[in-house]
Amino acid sequence: MTMLTRLKQDLTMADAARTHGGARVDLVVVAEMVAPGAKVLDVGCGDGELLRLLAETRGVDGRGIELSREGVNECVAKGLAVIQGDADTDLSDYPDDAFDYVILSQTLQATRHPRVVLEHMLRIGRHAVVSFPNFGHWGIRLQLLLGGHMPRTDNLPYAWWDSPNIHFCTIKDFRQLCHVVGAKMEKAVAFNPWGRALRLNAPWWFWNLLGEQAVFLLSRRE
Amino acid sequence: MVEADFSVALDAADRAREADSPHSPVVRFGMDSPLRLDAGIDLAPFQIAYQTYGTLNAERSNAVLVCHALTGDQHVANLHPVTQKAGWWETMVGPGRPIDTQRYFVICPNVVGGCMGATGPASTNPATGMPWGLDFPVITIRDMVRAQAMLLDHLGIASLFSIAGGSMGGMQVLQWCASYPRRVFSALPIATSTRHSAQNIAFHEVGRQAVMADPEWRQGRYFAEGSNPRRGLAVARMGAHITYLSDAALHRKFGRRFQDRDNPTFSFDADFQVESYLRHQGISFVERFDANSYLYLTRAMDYFDLAADCGGVLAQAFKDTPTRFCVISFTSDWLFPTSDSRAIVHALNAGGARVSFAEIVTDKGHDAFLLEEPELFAIVRGFLEGAAKARGLSPARA
Repeated sequence: MTMLTRLKQDLTMADAARTHGGARVDLVVVAEMVAPGAKVLDVGCGDGELLRLLAETRGVDGRGIELSREGVNECVAKGLAVIQGDADTDLSDYPDDAFDYVILSQTLQATRHPRVVLEHMLRIGRHAVVSFPNFGHWGIRLQLLLGGHMPRTDNLPYAWWDSPNIHFCTIKDFRQLCHVVGAKMEKAVAFNPWGRALRLNAPWWFWNLLGEQAVFLLSRRE
Repeated sequence: MVEADFSVALDAADRAREADSPHSPVVRFGMDSPLRLDAGIDLAPFQIAYQTYGTLNAERSNAVLVCHALTGDQHVANLHPVTQKAGWWETMVGPGRPIDTQRYFVICPNVVGGCMGATGPASTNPATGMPWGLDFPVITIRDMVRAQAMLLDHLGIASLFSIAGGSMGGMQVLQWCASYPRRVFSALPIATSTRHSAQNIAFHEVGRQAVMADPEWRQGRYFAEGSNPRRGLAVARMGAHITYLSDAALHRKFGRRFQDRDNPTFSFDADFQVESYLRHQGISFVERFDANSYLYLTRAMDYFDLAADCGGVLAQAFKDTPTRFCVISFTSDWLFPTSDSRAIVHALNAGGARVSFAEIVTDKGHDAFLLEEPELFAIVRGFLEGAAKARGLSPARA
C-alpha cells in the first residue's frame, strides 16, 4: 500500500469519525509531504481539518493561525493549538527556525503580500508547504477565453466582487516566485479535478494546463 | 434618603474570625518556613486557607489550581460561608463542568493578603495580638504564587495538570508559568495582562483613596478602634464595578430606567436602576471584604509587570516553556483588553510555546469570565480535554 492510499484511508476513517463529507485530496497530499513527528505551523488553518489530519496520521506537534474568529474558537474547542491572526501581518512575530514545516494550504491566493508571506514561511520553518488552485488549468483558461468572464469552479465558487481570493497564480507563476525568493523546490505534485496526481515525469507546461491544484514542498536555499 | 445606607449585618469581629479561623482547611507555616516577600521581608508565621473539589488520582497528575481574582476567594464552587451565595465560578468548576471535578482535583487557595483565611492585613499579628492593619508588608503577585507553591509542596503536588484564572487570577497564572514552568502542564490565563496598565493603576488609586478618605478607616486601625470604613470601601467597589462592565451591558441591563418610581424625585436619592444596583454592589461587598485587604491586593496588581522581571523582554519570561497555553479575552473588556492578551500570545510565540488564543464576542465586559458564556465553556473544555489526552489522564468517571 502506498503512503498516499494509506493516508487517504486514514483520512476517510477520520472523516467518518467526525461525520464530515468527502476526503480533501489536497490535504492528503500536503500531509504526505510532512515528516512524522515534525513541528508544524498551519497558516490559515480554517476549522482545523488539516491540523487534525496531521495529528492523527503523522503525529505532528501542530499549531495554527486563522483569521476568522469562528474558525479559531472552533479549533481551540477541539483541543488544537490555534491563535487568531493574519498571515499578512502576524508571521513576523515568530522567531527564525521555530518550526520544521510551515504550511499554507489554499490560502496563498487570499493573502495581500504572497511574496512576503512566503519569505516569512521560509524563515520561520525549515520547510514550507504551499497548496494552491492552479489558475492556468485549461478549464479556467476556457472560461475566460470563451465565456469572457472570471472563472468559477467548484473550488473557486465566488463571484469576482465577493471573492477573498485576490492573488491568483498559475503553477508557472508560482515557480517564478520560488525563484525570486530563492526557495528550493524539493517536491511538487499537481492533480486533476478528480484528485488524481499527474504523471511525475510530465513537463511543467503539461502540469500547468492539466493540474487543477498544486502542492509544493520548498526549503531555503542555504 | 440621600446617602446610601452601607450598614451591614456582619460585625467586624465576625470578619476577623474568618481571617484567622476560616470555614476552610488551613495550612499553617511556622517560623521555620517563612514566605520570602519581594519587599525583602520574611513573613512568618503565615497561613493559607483553601478549598478542594474532586479527588487527587494515584499518580497525583490531575491537579488543577484555580486562582481567584481581586475580590474573589477560595470558595469557587461551594456555598459561601459568609454571604450564603453560590461559589464564584460554579458555572466553570464542578461535576460535568468544563473544569470537571469528576476528572480533575481542583484546588483554590485564598491569596496572601486576602481576608478569607490566608494571612493578610485582617489577620492577627502574632507580635501584637491585634490585626496587622497597615503593619502588614506590601505583597506582590509573585509573593502570592510563591505561597501557593509552598501550599502545593505541603499537599505533595509536584506538578499541576492545569492552572486557570481570570483578571488578577490570570496574573497569578502567568506568574506561575514564569516562576515554575516545569510545574505547570497547561495554563488558562483569562481576561488578564502581563502588566497592569496606567489606566488600571489609576482606577485602583481612586478606590484606595475612597477607602482612606473614610474617617472610619483610622489609618487602617479600624478593627482596634471599633470602626469600619464601609462607606469608603463601598464607593471603591462601586467605581471598580463600573470598570468590570461595559457601556453596552449597563445600557442593556438598566438603560435610563427608574427604580420603583415613575418620575424623578428631584433629589439625590437612587432614582435610576443603575444607581440602586451599584449601591447594592457596594453594600454586599462591604459585608464580606476587608478594606485593608482591598488596599493590599489592588497594590499587588499595580506592581505586576512580568516583563520588568526579565529585563523588559516579555518573551524571556516564557522562553522554552513546556506549558500549553490557552489565552482568552473578551471583545467588550476594556479593563484587560484583547490587545493585552495579544501581547501575551506574541511573547509566547516568540518563546516557542504551544499557545491557543481565542477572543470571545460578548457585551458583558471584563466580568464576562465569571458569567454564562457558552463559547468560553466550550473552549476551556476542549482545551483541557486536549491537554488531558496529552498528559494521559483517564476520562471522567461516570
